[in-house]
Order: sequence, then C-alpha cells, then structure tokens
Amino acid sequence: MFATKDLEEADRLMRICNACRYCEGLCAVFPAMEMRRTFSDGDLNYLSNLCHQCGACYYDCQYAPPHEFDVNVPRTLSKVRTDSYRSYAWPRAFAPMFERNGLMVALVASLSVAVFLIGFMAWSDPGVMFSTQTGEGAFYRIMPHNAMVAVFGAAFLYAIFAMWMGFNAFWKDIGASGERLEGQSVWQAMKDAGQLRYLDGGGVGCMNEDERPTDMRRHYHHATFYGFMLCLASTSVATIYHYAFGWEAPYSWYSLPVILGTVGGIGLVVGPAGLLGAKWTRDRAMSDTGRFGMDIAFLAMLFLVGATGLLLLFLRATPAMGTLLAIHLGFVFGFFITMPYGKFVHGLYRFGALVRYAMERRAAGLVGA
Amino acid sequence: MSSETARDRASEILARRYDVLVVGGGNAALCAAINARRGGAEVLVVEAAPRFYRGGNTRHTRNLRCAHDEANEVLTGPYPEEEFWDDLLRVTGGETDEELAKFTIRESKELWDFMNEQGVRFQPSLGGTLSLGRTNAFFLGGGRALINALYLTAEKLGIEVLYDAEVTDLEIEDGFFSAAAVSYAGREHRVEAKALVAAAGGFEANIEWLTEAWGPEAENFLIRGTPYNKGSMLRMLLDRGVKQIGDPKQCHAVAIDARAPKFDGGISTRLDCVVFGIVVNRNAERFYDEGEDFWPKRYAIWGRLVAAQPDQIGYAIIDSRSIDKFMPSIFPPIEAGSIEELAGKLELDPGKLRATVDGFNAAVQPGNFDPNALDDCRTEGLAPEKTHWARTISEPPFYAYPLRPGITFTYLGVRVNKRAQIIMDDGKPSANMFAAGEIMAGNVLGQGYLAGIGMTIGAVFGRIAGREAGNYVRN
Ligand SMILES: Cc1cc2nc3c(=O)[nH]c(=O)nc-3n(C[C@H](O)[C@H](O)[C@H](O)COP(=O)(O)OP(=O)(O)OC[C@H]3O[C@@H](n4cnc5c(N)ncnc54)[C@H](O)[C@@H]3O)c2cc1C
Ligand code: SF4
Ligand code: SF4
Repeated sequence: MFATKDLEEADRLMRICNACRYCEGLCAVFPAMEMRRTFSDGDLNYLSNLCHQCGACYYDCQYAPPHEFDVNVPRTLSKVRTDSYRSYAWPRAFAPMFERNGLMVALVASLSVAVFLIGFMAWSDPGVMFSTQTGEGAFYRIMPHNAMVAVFGAAFLYAIFAMWMGFNAFWKDIGASGERLEGQSVWQAMKDAGQLRYLDGGGVGCMNEDERPTDMRRHYHHATFYGFMLCLASTSVATIYHYAFGWEAPYSWYSLPVILGTVGGIGLVVGPAGLLGAKWTRDRAMSDTGRFGMDIAFLAMLFLVGATGLLLLFLRATPAMGTLLAIHLGFVFGFFITMPYGKFVHGLYRFGALVRYAMERRAAGLVGA
Repeated sequence: MSSETARDRASEILARRYDVLVVGGGNAALCAAINARRGGAEVLVVEAAPRFYRGGNTRHTRNLRCAHDEANEVLTGPYPEEEFWDDLLRVTGGETDEELAKFTIRESKELWDFMNEQGVRFQPSLGGTLSLGRTNAFFLGGGRALINALYLTAEKLGIEVLYDAEVTDLEIEDGFFSAAAVSYAGREHRVEAKALVAAAGGFEANIEWLTEAWGPEAENFLIRGTPYNKGSMLRMLLDRGVKQIGDPKQCHAVAIDARAPKFDGGISTRLDCVVFGIVVNRNAERFYDEGEDFWPKRYAIWGRLVAAQPDQIGYAIIDSRSIDKFMPSIFPPIEAGSIEELAGKLELDPGKLRATVDGFNAAVQPGNFDPNALDDCRTEGLAPEKTHWARTISEPPFYAYPLRPGITFTYLGVRVNKRAQIIMDDGKPSANMFAAGEIMAGNVLGQGYLAGIGMTIGAVFGRIAGREAGNYVRN
C-alpha cells in the first residue's frame, strides 16, 4: 500500500486527525488534510512538507503518547518529509547522500576546503598567498576572477539545475503538475513563507522544549533566511560592480556589497547558532532524532559560511587573507554543491507545498485568510 | 526530576497548610484555583491523574457555549441570553433550576474575556460543525491547549499543583470542612485547608456505579473520557451529608464506534453516519427513526437507544452513495459486496438482515435527497418509519459501522447555590465547601444536552467558587 512504514504511520495519524480536527486552526496542514478523506503517498508527502514543525499539535493533542493512539504528528511528518527529499533527489545516484547526510556533507565540505587550500598553495605565489594584499583586485591576485566565476558559476548552476529537477519530481508527486499555476497563489505562498506564518502555533508561538510557546525559532530562522538572502544580494551587487562598472573587490567598508554582506553574515552566524541551540533543547519526543545529522550539518555549513565570510572581511588586510579566502571559498563551494542533497531543499519543497495549498484554497473558494 | 526528589517535593507541598484546597484538575478546578489565587489565597490543586492526563475530560473538549450580544472575531453572530435559556429549557425538558440556569447564562457572557485573559485562544468553529459557529467558542488547538494555557497561568500565579494525587477522604463536621486525605505515591497525607473546592468531575469512569444505576448493561458502555473520573469526591460528599441533585441514570451518552477503546477514545470515535442509512440491532432489526432530525440534534439520543438494545450494540448500514457524506471516522468501515456478506462479517443472521434491508428498500418513497434540509425522502409502512433522508441501500459496496453507547458526562451531583456553596442535607449552605463543574452540573442540566454547556458550567462556577472561597478565607 504505502511505500514506507513512516508513510503508513502518517496515514494512520491523518485519519485520526481528520476525525478529530481540533488542530484545524494551528497551521495549514490540517485544513489541507480536511480536503481529503484518503491519503496517497503523494498527499502525505505534500502534507509533510507543508508542516513547519512548530510542535503545537503535539502538545495540544489529547492522543499524544503515552495515549494508546500514540499520535505524534510532528515526528511522523518530519520522518516522511526527510524521506521525501531523498526520493526527489536528482540524479537518483546521489539519493544516498540523504543517508548519513551529516557525515556526507561534512566530508564534502572538508574536502572542498582542503582542495581550495591546496590549490591556492600550489598555484598562487606563496609570496602573495601569505602576505598582506590590499587595493583593487587583492583577492584576484590569489585566485583570478575568471577562475572564481567559472568554478562558482558552474557549481551554482549545477545546484540550481539539480534542485529544479528535484522540485519537478516533488510537484508531480504531490499531484500538482497538471494544474495551472496562478500568480496570486505564488504571491500568497511568498507572503506565508516570508513571514513563516505557520511556525507560530496558530498565533501563540511555536513549541520547542515543552508546552510553553516561544517565538525564538521563528526569529532565528528569519535571521538565517534573510541573512542568506542578503549575502546573495551582496554577491550579486558585487558582480554588477565588477562587470558593469569595472570596480574590483575588495570594496570599502561603506560600500553596498560590504554592508549587505556584513549584515547578512551576522544573520548567518546568529541565526544558525540560535537554531542549533533550539535543536539542542528541543523535546526529543517530537523530533526525528535519527535525522539530526542532516539538520546540524546544514546549520553548521551556514554558520561556517557566514563566520568565515565575516573573518575574511575583518582580516582582509592581514597576511591571513589568503588562507581565509581559501577556507571561505571552500565552504561556499561545499555549500553550493551539497545544496540539492541536504536540508537546503526543505525551503524549496515547503515553498512548493505552500503554493499548492494556496491553489487548493482558491479552488475551494476559500481565498483570503 | 528523579522520583525521589519528586516525592520529597510532594511531601513538602502536602505538609503545608493552605487557604484553599482545590480537588480536581480540569477546567472547573483551574478556573477556581486561578480566581482564588488572584484573590490572594494560598492554593493547592490536587489532581488524581498523572501530568499527561491532567485535566480529565476537559482535555477532550473543543468548545464552550457563551451568551453574547454581538458577533466577534470568532463568533458569527449574537446569542442573546433569552435564546440560550430557550435552548436549555428545550433540551432539559424543564429539568433545570431556573434561577441557577439563568444565572449561569448571564455569567457565561464574561467567559470570552476571562478565558482570553488566562491565555486561552479561540478559533472559528471546526469543519463539520458550522451549526455551532454562532453559539460556541472553539478552543484553538482543542481542550488540551486550553488546559495547558490554564496550567501555565496557574504556575505563573504561584498556585501549587500536585499530580498523581487523589483525595481519598474528607473531614467534614456539621457542613464544615477541615482537612482531606490525599493519597500520593502509596502514602496518605492529611492536608488542612480553610476552604475546599470540589471540582473532580463526574463518575462516568466508575463502571460499578454506572451498573448500580443502569444494571448490567453498563458493562458494555464505552467511556469516552478519562479513566480518572471515578466520582470518588462525589461519593464522599454525598456520604457526608451533602444534598444530592439529579438522577444517576441521567447522562450524556452518544453512539460511538464500538471498536473504540474502553476509556479515553475522545471525540474521534464518534460516528455521524446514522442519518444516511439504517441502524439495526443484534437481531438485524431496525429500532428507531434514523432520519428524525439533523444529526447534531439527534446525536445525544442514540447512546440511550443503543443501550436499550440486546448486548448494547447496533450496526449502522449504508451503501456506496453515502460513504463520503459524513465526517470521516477513525476506524475504517466494514465493507462487503453484498448484504449477506456484510451480515457474515458482522455476525448477524444473513437472511434476517436481507429481509430488513429489502423491507426498508421497498418502503422508500421517491423524493429529492438533500442532506442539508429535512428532505422528503421517507419510508411508508414501516415500524419504525424513517422520516427523512431515506434512500434505498442498494448500491454496493455496502458498509457498516458497529455502534455502542459512549458515556460522555454524568448529571448526578451535589446541590449548590449561586455562590457555588455546597448545600447540606438540611438545606443549609456549607460555609467553606464549594463545588464547580461536572460534579454540580446537574443543578443546571438535569437531562438532555446542549453542546458546550459542560465547559460553560465549569468555568462559570469555577470562577465563582474560587472567588467565594478566597473571600471566605480573607474574612
Ligand atoms: C469526548 C468528550 C468531548 C467533550 N466535548 C465537550 C465540549 O466540546 N464542550 C463542553 O462543554 N463539554 C464537552 N465535554 C464535557 C466536558 O468534558 C465536561 O463537562 C468538563 O470537562 C467537566 O469539567 P470538570 O472540570 O468539571 O471535570 P474534568 O475536566 O473531567 O476534571 C475532573 C478532574 O478531577 C480529577 N479527579 C477525579 N477524582 C479525583 C479525586 N478524588 N482527587 C483528585 N482529583 C480527582 C480527575 O483526574 C480529572 O482531572 C466533552 C466530554 C468528552 C468526554
Ligand atoms: S494532532 Fe491530535 S488533537 Fe490535533 S487534530 Fe490530530 S488527533 Fe486531533
Ligand atoms: S507541527 Fe506545527 S506545522 Fe506541523 S502539523 Fe503540527 S501544528 Fe502544523
């Protein structure tokens, strides 16, 4: 019947929830569930990706363990969700990356840091690599700009392509591929995702350690997400400066790329650190503890990208610059190529699920709130 | 906390003297504790259940009924006091104390604000319960979310709470309470307090007591809520000179899925399919008009109807045209390609079930089926007739759901006055004993049921009991 035991369990829970419905006001999962009476694998994958793991329905459930019905929606949907990432991975041969993901990502990251360090040492002049470099084009004396663009452009494009393929598999699996995508639904999903509307336990806050609501995870996630976006913006502005105006990095402290990158970098340090802390104190009962590796690897990568970026910024006028550049670029490269094979995809599929949810609500005539 | 430190803490808590001892841990108990504490009293709440099961049947609730003069962000329109009173009068058939009932209804107007102040959040009526959107305020996240919010408030206010702590004896002399015996971890502790609030729920989980009232049939009843509501407080009070109200046989009993667990199956075991087919008993015979009225209105009579059948079991039988017309159920329907096969699976006499279905089908009159109205689809020439939504049971596959009486709520209780004071046999109110919730609900609800009124009675009298107990202690 169901592809996995976890999907079977999710089906059992959704049937109980559909007869109960007390959690209807907490998030999008329950209203989406109510639009169905039976649940296919694709439906369950959709619902699991719609879940933001706020935990409210675990503490609010009269059937949570130790009750004999053993209803643990956050944990079960979390397992189903992670399995779904694996099943959408492109190319299929890389799907095993999702097993022992923490280890795999750590390996790829250290390898790519090592390659950059060794590469820099092998190809650039040691006199340049370990001495103070300042002025326009300081970074490119170590790694030529064109080489940087080629390597990172290729890695980034590959990641985008692999994720696009994964997203298509997801979209098809949840039964949305035949439907017309309207702008309004996408816009609704952007608003819901941008605010993390469904990480608020229906308005009281998300629950992490116990039934006391807290909004900290939402704040840390905002720091992470918007930090990441600012870093992307910083790189984009710098690229425009380079090609459109011929201004070469490093830029001054008050230049746009540096301001964006600094604020973004701080977000990428504070956000993941906070989320890691929250993960640490989170009630194990509602977590899929077997999958912590993936979450931790992703948060650690973001943190390291942010932290090495900030270090590079502060120490760019010292002899440490060359080494730091290698380390930072190593982490960024590792991050890019593991993007399609780690926790990063949660944002993509969750966003897709939100779009789908907005489409379903429109189709059912429930537009608005 | 290790079990040893937990026991030490408990011993220390139980060794203290309190102003107000609140017995129970549900809606009524917490409302009382919060109000007494806000009035300045030192309060101890003793809850017989472990922490997870705290809040008795309140854990299973979803809404409360409150009078209000205007719509708000959740309630869709006004629900005036008079209308509430008319509704109550109708369902109880007059089995209510008019003064207390009208007082409850007036006080219910304050519950919206009160609950919000305690951190309880509301949401619009749930899918499938639109008929209650105007009159009933639904708890966001359900009753356990409400209970969590109330305990959080209690904790912030400095109310002591002890779980796994059952009151097993009461010292009462001439209507005056002095101390209670609290059993915790196998030991009895004597706890003194200046006032007592009894908010320990009904006795629906006490099968023996139900059997006394109902006879051996009660063995086959399912208990929808907590196994901890054994009515021990109620019994102790009645045995120590407190005036009784209500009839032990009166209760809220609905027909639920017979496959539900004996205790604590809660809301998700209910079945809404009765109006769409026929219901037969062990002998494969129909016994009541399945289409008498809309399901929400008829919901509460089917428990008694099934309880009156042999072996206290019934079977709702529908065909493929109706299977998705009602709220989905937690248990899958029993499915078969023919009536005989279905009878086999239900262990009913196949010939008899065939005859009942055939007889029913032959009596169905032509009409326009409309689940949203009292339509004109009915039978003619049957005993009993089905007066609405009668369609033949003829399109396989056929489906069945087994039904048993599920007890929600008992009405036998202690007599109280408007100050929530417990009334003694001699008619005099006790100076320092108060009651709230299901343990005194029979004062207002002697018979029948009005969705959401259990929580209303608990919150109204809980607040008053807390306030009055606090006042008593101060003076
Ligand atoms: C499935 C279900 C759904 C319901 N839905 C609704 C609804 O939506 N709206 C509504 O208004 N009503 C509903 N009810 C009825 C409602 O649950 C009760 O009316 C209400 O909870 C009673 O509140 P209470 O505080 O008096 O008792 P409870 O909430 O039952 O609490 C009683 C507490 O007392 C404790 N206790 C018992 N004996 C002792 C002792 N000797 N010492 C210490 N502690 C003791 C128990 O452990 C329990 O926690 C529902 C009931 C059920 C079963
Ligand atoms: S999680 Fe529990 S309370 Fe919430 S809808 Fe499901 S069964 Fe009901
Ligand atoms: S954990 Fe939160 S987001 Fe997920 S289903 Fe439960 S309430 Fe919804």
